[in-house]
Amino acid sequence: MVCESWKAKLDTYLDGELPEEEMREFDAHVRGCPSCSADALTRVQMKRAILLAGKRFTPSAEFRKRIQQGVAPQPQRSFGLSFGLRWALAAAAVILVIGMLTISYVSSRSGRDQIYSEVADLHVAALASSSPVDVVSTDRHTVKPWFQGKIPFAFNLPELQNTEFSLLGGRMTYLDQTPGAHLIYDIRKHHISVLVFQERSLKLSASWDETSLAPKRLPFNMETWSQGGLRYFVIGDANAADIDSLAKLFKATS
Amino acid sequence: MSDGNKTIAGWFTLVYVSETSLASGSFEQLAMPHFERLYNFACWLTQDRQEAEDLVQETYTKALKGFASFQQGTNFRAWIYKILRNTFLTSRTGLKATATVPLDVEGEEEVLPTAKETPESILLQRSDWQLLQQAMERLPVTYREVLLLCEVEEMSYQEISSTLGIPIGTVMSRLSRARKTLRADLRPGVQEG
Repeated sequence: MVCESWKAKLDTYLDGELPEEEMREFDAHVRGCPSCSADALTRVQMKRAILLAGKRFTPSAEFRKRIQQGVAPQPQRSFGLSFGLRWALAAAAVILVIGMLTISYVSSRSGRDQIYSEVADLHVAALASSSPVDVVSTDRHTVKPWFQGKIPFAFNLPELQNTEFSLLGGRMTYLDQTPGAHLIYDIRKHHISVLVFQERSLKLSASWDETSLAPKRLPFNMETWSQGGLRYFVIGDANAADIDSLAKLFKATS
Repeated sequence: MSDGNKTIAGWFTLVYVSETSLASGSFEQLAMPHFERLYNFACWLTQDRQEAEDLVQETYTKALKGFASFQQGTNFRAWIYKILRNTFLTSRTGLKATATVPLDVEGEEEVLPTAKETPESILLQRSDWQLLQQAMERLPVTYREVLLLCEVEEMSYQEISSTLGIPIGTVMSRLSRARKTLRADLRPGVQEG
């Protein structure tokens, strides 16, 4: 009867799951009990048989490869840097890019403002001069030939019939160390300068905005555009519509 | 501007991929050592190699996806076996296999008398692994899984309890019944031959 209570716990004993104290008592009992000892031996053999029989199925190499590919880390351009360092580098890269973009924008804007400013200066200087024009003529067929040999390009002047504009004359000018033509027109007692230069000679930014008007801090209206390899500036204290009308006359002529 | 954006996006992608890969690398190190045994266990549960492959594949997919929820330092083996077992239970084969589940009755263990000719001795005499494997296949899935986890995977009762989501007492009673059923199946006159 005593052995029956031991045998009820035999499997748990062989699984090593009895409390430590009980395991020691069981050890002692099995060593002294032939019946329990024999039972324990056969059950251990059975456990061994199940272990061997249970390891029955082996996956194919192909299946293993498929699973391995599924869980393997994706190829990466890791430099073996720590998490924090990588984030710091990423942040530095972002700041660098933003900084470069800002510098580029400021530089571009600065260059553009400088050109506007110089064009305005040329306009004011001409009007302030005792002789605003070197060739005084209302006839475009007189003014145009006057520039021949003085500037490295030719350009056309618009026909002003049926317009309020009148040509006062022209002079040579320089912008960004580049020679160009400076024409002065009149409309309702407002003077408008038209300046023409070779586009390739001006160190203008690639981001020059064709439609951009003069910065608000300049007290003039201005339009600029590129046509036929020439850069045109129309600037004056006339209203924007007049500036635009004269610009359109030049665009239609060129 | 667009180049700048690409550069920034590239950095963030690199960092994100790196972190995901770190998690993936850690998962691979923990999960792949269990691959062969998981497949073997899956074959025993499904009794079909193709189904077992699908089961293992789905297990790894679920485990990788849910790896963030795994608490580092806890029992990974029990965690991934539990995923496999739960995935099996919700499969068509699993639902069919568990449609008739033997009742867990504790305290009704039969103590087999010591006999000269026991199932174990017969088995050993014949050295017939196929006989034992067939008997294991015939076990109800609830007995088969607990027997395999204990004897083949050599899990502790606590690990089995975690894997199957049942109390340790139920682990012990199912294990006892599984062994009893297996022994009865192997008894002379029960199986053919």
